[in-house]
Amino acid sequence: MTAPLLTLSGLGKKFPGVVALDGVDFNVRAGEIHALLGENGAGKSTLIKVLTGVYEADVGSIRLAGQPISPASPKEAERLGLSTVYQEVNLVATLSVAENLCLGRQPGRFGLLNWPALRRHARAALARLGLELDVDAELGSLSVALQQMVAIARALDLQAKVLILDEPTASLDEKEVADLFAIMRRLRGEGLGIVFVTHFLDQVYAICDRITVLRNGTLVGEYATADLPRLALVGKMLGREIIAPEHSPLRATTAAGPVTAPILSARSLSRTGALHPLDLDLHAGEVLGLAGLLGSGRTETARLLFGLDRRDTGELQVKGQSARIRSPRDAIALGLALCSEDRKTEGILPNLSVRENLIIALQARQGAGRPLRRSEQEQLCGHYIRALRIKTPGPETPIRNLSGGNQQKVLLARWLATRPALIILDEPTRGIDIGAKAEIEQLIAQLRADGLAVLFISSELDEIVRNSTRAVVLREHRRVAEFSGDAITAPRLMQAMAGGHQSHE
Amino acid sequence: MSEMRLQRWLRSPIVWPLAGLALLLVVNLVHNPAFLHIGVLDGHLEGQPIAIFNNGARTLLLALGMTLVIATGGVDLSVGSVMAVAGATAGALLTSEHPQFHALPLVLGVSLGVGALAGLLNGVLVAYAGIQPIVATLILMVSGRGIAQLISHGNVLLIRSPGFGYIGKGFLLGLPFAAVLAVALYTVAQLGLRRTAAGLFIEAVGDNPVASRFAGLATARVACLAYLASGLCAALAGVMDAANIGAADPYRSGENMELDAIFAVVVGGTALTGGRFTLLGSFVGVLLLQTLTPTLVFLGVDPPVAPVPKALLIVIVCVLQSDLTRRWLKNLLPSKATVSVAGRVAS
Repeated sequence: MTAPLLTLSGLGKKFPGVVALDGVDFNVRAGEIHALLGENGAGKSTLIKVLTGVYEADVGSIRLAGQPISPASPKEAERLGLSTVYQEVNLVATLSVAENLCLGRQPGRFGLLNWPALRRHARAALARLGLELDVDAELGSLSVALQQMVAIARALDLQAKVLILDEPTASLDEKEVADLFAIMRRLRGEGLGIVFVTHFLDQVYAICDRITVLRNGTLVGEYATADLPRLALVGKMLGREIIAPEHSPLRATTAAGPVTAPILSARSLSRTGALHPLDLDLHAGEVLGLAGLLGSGRTETARLLFGLDRRDTGELQVKGQSARIRSPRDAIALGLALCSEDRKTEGILPNLSVRENLIIALQARQGAGRPLRRSEQEQLCGHYIRALRIKTPGPETPIRNLSGGNQQKVLLARWLATRPALIILDEPTRGIDIGAKAEIEQLIAQLRADGLAVLFISSELDEIVRNSTRAVVLREHRRVAEFSGDAITAPRLMQAMAGGHQSHE
Repeated sequence: MSEMRLQRWLRSPIVWPLAGLALLLVVNLVHNPAFLHIGVLDGHLEGQPIAIFNNGARTLLLALGMTLVIATGGVDLSVGSVMAVAGATAGALLTSEHPQFHALPLVLGVSLGVGALAGLLNGVLVAYAGIQPIVATLILMVSGRGIAQLISHGNVLLIRSPGFGYIGKGFLLGLPFAAVLAVALYTVAQLGLRRTAAGLFIEAVGDNPVASRFAGLATARVACLAYLASGLCAALAGVMDAANIGAADPYRSGENMELDAIFAVVVGGTALTGGRFTLLGSFVGVLLLQTLTPTLVFLGVDPPVAPVPKALLIVIVCVLQSDLTRRWLKNLLPSKATVSVAGRVAS
């Protein structure tokens, strides 16, 4: 093989309190498609941002075609030949295709545009991808897939040597993905190095030549795709060694199911681009673990159950009654609660006090006209601050002054104060310290003992194994396996998450 | 403990507008020791402080509604035009050929109803249609004047109704009725918002609308109601304006007053980014702006130049209440307490 086109060696980047990248090596050859994989916090996006000049690395070097480079801005990175296309199309929807392709490098002089040249450039750029589009069409009128391809054409227009595709397929359907892959193969043939970030393992095996896996900011390894079976790949992403898959027949799950009627039952719940039809039952006194890789549809399931997104098909029943859940308000009125994974944007009211953050869901359910008495509020706060050991100077402190773990506990208290029958916990332990994690796991056990139904979403297999009485695995927006009781083991979960040929379904 | 109390005071957003107001009063008292004198004329109180309250009544009303809208993270540019529409509606009814339209309850009901409708329109555009508040309310700001002229057939309608005039220039127990009404409404609003959870809901929606929705708040309804309240306040201010000058002027009524209202709210300590609001702060903010005008006249500033010192004062107050300045000031204070109690200060 030829010498690598792009070489990153010993790359390190620290943020206050976090080591985002720690001595990472990464090589891309000319004429290959190279998958960059890893779960949340692995360091993929930091690596890409260092490559494209958004961040500057603390240590390490970058070489492009043998020359050391240190891009100081995205513009400089583009000029050097490193082009990036992001998941969200970063173009101007209201401008024409041609204008978007030439934005920032318009032909012409003295601020006047040379329109014929502009259109000619645009057509040439699209032709390279084998695309024939009306260059005068407004970009916003095209499908997301075509917009994505215009973004690629724009990136390549710049004499790119390396093309970085950051989750370009997240919102595309199968046909569109196939079209995108055709273009990627074509560019590979032209000798471009392509870095491909995706959550879909099928796509990795469909198109990538090599794979680099990151975890917690460190390099796990670089592999030829053909040499790395899916299960091994998932093991590397999650940081576990592969244990020989257990071939003992799995215990039938329905037989072990609780005798009570489910608190919540979903039938063929689906939403285009988010979830294929899914059946799910949740019973009182059980913790149902929802496992799957990033992007497998876990959060999407939670959002559909809680009425945050409109479902395309499916029926929901709460306590045996057909339920009309079209907003979180409806869900809360029926005794549901959702503790979101994104604490900052979907959880806390940053400038309001701990007390106000704690009572808001209960107060919202009661309505503005029936305010909780101040003494009741203080009693609730005192109770939960003690019970969950929330470290705060006092109930009147703005919640933004608390640590992540304590903010999370206040949010848990917010939901427990509504006395829900079912609580959905989406990554409740993310970004909080070990001690708080253990406390939250204890709390989950307590809630189950108190007869709540808990839907527990986690990226950490060990957490699922430790805390769940039943576990459902999602892969690529589909439910692929269910285990219960002692049958919930990390190897089985991992195998189901990896899917592919080795699955024993 | 007194140190703690001092700190709490300095953290309060209302300190700086109060300080500004005090400064203005001192300047005025030096120039004119009789500035704060209140006398009795024709059986009611008169004097500079009374005039400030009386002239400020309309801005007070606008600032009341504006505070709620700004607290939800929006802004209402249409209030000046809604004043003109409500005034023209009242004028058209009172000058109509049919005497049955002259009944005061009917006139007030219809005028305020028109304001409520305008507020509702703003609220629906912002909260349900998702249009940027500045753009959504700009629509009515621009078209409102046209609607007002349509209602008054392009005329300035002279109103000769003593009962109606009372709203703008009457006296209640020696005090100007307009000012009494404004103060009463602030009191009612304060109680209504703080004794119920409505104030908390508004602050939650302004602080983080996404998280509020997750917590089960009807965020769109909360925002919509804030605009409705603003429309009602503006309509009442418009009626008061027409009553005060004895004419409904579709061209001049409420002109540029939306800006005064926004200034007063911001100077009073409610951030344009939404969240925490203080009605008392807005109240003091209006008084500050209203005192500034006669002060500048006293100081001999030419009216055309007057906006410049006005702008300067606003900038100074805003800088003083920024988080940065307050942190800096807090560090200057000797403090033994390591954990300061961040109080929700009387608002």
